[in-house]
Amino acid sequence: MKPIIEIRDLYFKYPEDENYAINGLSLDIPEGSFSVVLGHNGSGKSTLAKHLNGILLPTSGSVTVGGIDTRDEERLFDLRSSVGMVFQNPDNQIVSSIVEEDVAFAPENLGLPSDEIRARVDDALRLVGMYDYRLHSPHLLSGGQKQRVAIAGVLAMDPRVLVLDEPTAMLDPVGRREVIETLIKLCRETGISVVLITHHMYETVSSDLVFVMSDGKLVTKGSPSEVFSKAETMKAEGLTVPDTTELINQLIKAGMTLPLGAVSAHDCALAIASALKKDA
Amino acid sequence: MLKDITLGQYFPGESLLHRLDPRTKLICTFIYIIALFFAGSYISYGTLILVLFLCAAISKIHPSAFFRGLKPVVFIIVFTAILNLFYTKTGRELFGFWGLSVTTDGVKIAVFMVIRIMLLISSTFLLTYTTTPMSLTDGVEQLLSPLKKLHVPVHEFAMMMSIALRFIPTLIEEADKIINAQKARGADFETGKLLDRAKALLPLLVPLFVSAFRRADELAIAMESRCYRGGVGRTRMNNLVFAARDFITMGFFILLFTFIVVILRLGL
Repeated sequence: MKPIIEIRDLYFKYPEDENYAINGLSLDIPEGSFSVVLGHNGSGKSTLAKHLNGILLPTSGSVTVGGIDTRDEERLFDLRSSVGMVFQNPDNQIVSSIVEEDVAFAPENLGLPSDEIRARVDDALRLVGMYDYRLHSPHLLSGGQKQRVAIAGVLAMDPRVLVLDEPTAMLDPVGRREVIETLIKLCRETGISVVLITHHMYETVSSDLVFVMSDGKLVTKGSPSEVFSKAETMKAEGLTVPDTTELINQLIKAGMTLPLGAVSAHDCALAIASALKKDA
Repeated sequence: MLKDITLGQYFPGESLLHRLDPRTKLICTFIYIIALFFAGSYISYGTLILVLFLCAAISKIHPSAFFRGLKPVVFIIVFTAILNLFYTKTGRELFGFWGLSVTTDGVKIAVFMVIRIMLLISSTFLLTYTTTPMSLTDGVEQLLSPLKKLHVPVHEFAMMMSIALRFIPTLIEEADKIINAQKARGADFETGKLLDRAKALLPLLVPLFVSAFRRADELAIAMESRCYRGGVGRTRMNNLVFAARDFITMGFFILLFTFIVVILRLGL
């Protein structure tokens, strides 16, 4: 697959800081994939997110999204409309007191004709399953619902990439599941590329690619099972592995023969069951 | 404790008044208020009262809502009435004491004044009761848009208004949380002299302000990420369109205005 996002030797330093927040990062994100960027607090993952639609510009190196260099000021709005950004706090990204008017905000900014805006708003709300709430007031919705409205709000720009910076950090478990399931569905059904930035391990389970960041650098990357089989590396970076992987690691230490890298509960159960059958 | 703060209270409904274009309602309220200042006789006041009653009836909003709206201004109404009662020197003297006298004209002007203030307030209430704050903001933006040519930042003001309206419930919720957190640590907001209570609010306002600035910052980044670049080149999903009922309503109010002015001219 052709990469939709290409990052080459990215260095970035906040003006008031001495250290580089991003310290020589290069990575490719394939078009249509569900990619996760993992990292503990201060690993530079949110700074990376802000580079993807030109809110922050590289100190050196380059970021190219869908063929647009983020430093190209002429195409800043093309870039922003092709990269939908969703942030942590749903309250601070909803502009209007009516759900459908909030979703219409971005296409209105793009200067689209009214009937086109109406069509996009309805589509976006249906995709995230919030169509029935279109006339509600956002402050009466749950956290997960608000975050889905925020996702619809950027989907209405018809972006090629959806970047989410810790979208579940302020949500309860139900809200988290709603949001992650919506993202997986969007990625699989519409073919939009999703870049999820998080520190919750279990959100990586159904992803295609995992990038682990620490101190502004890429530590490791690969499929979830590849990444989590390196449990020691993950722990060294201050990240825990999913419970399933941890269980398998402990069982291997205790002397069982098991394949590493069973990340989902289903795979984990199958692996343990087949190992138990062999032993019996 | 802050939950019952309402600003520009809106009563949802499906009446003709609710369905009118916000611009129509703004214009008609404006015409009505100007007409009020031209009124000076029984006939004109009677007509204006009748029109307001008619509109209130059409809106299907319970009359008690209007009385509740008038409650905070009772003092001003009484004060104005008393001033007019004693300071009008023309007309036949009815009675007098301590060098003050009450005349027939004084009574008449005082009564008219009270009616005028009550109609003024009730008519604006009727506007906010039947129009959502959002469409009101839209209406104001559209009506003032000719001023853009004079470089008045009309779009920016409307955007600020609608964001403020959007964040009122969010900030109230947050203030409630801070109050509870501080109460849990022994803060006292409800007893003591006025000054003490005002002082107790300080530890509430500081975190609220800090968080409002943080929110503003995040909102600005989120808006930029959604391609916001001011009012230039921006379109709207729901364009305001005048329907037949809007023209009829405006026509009616223009007629009303003409009628009031004619009555004034004829001295009836």
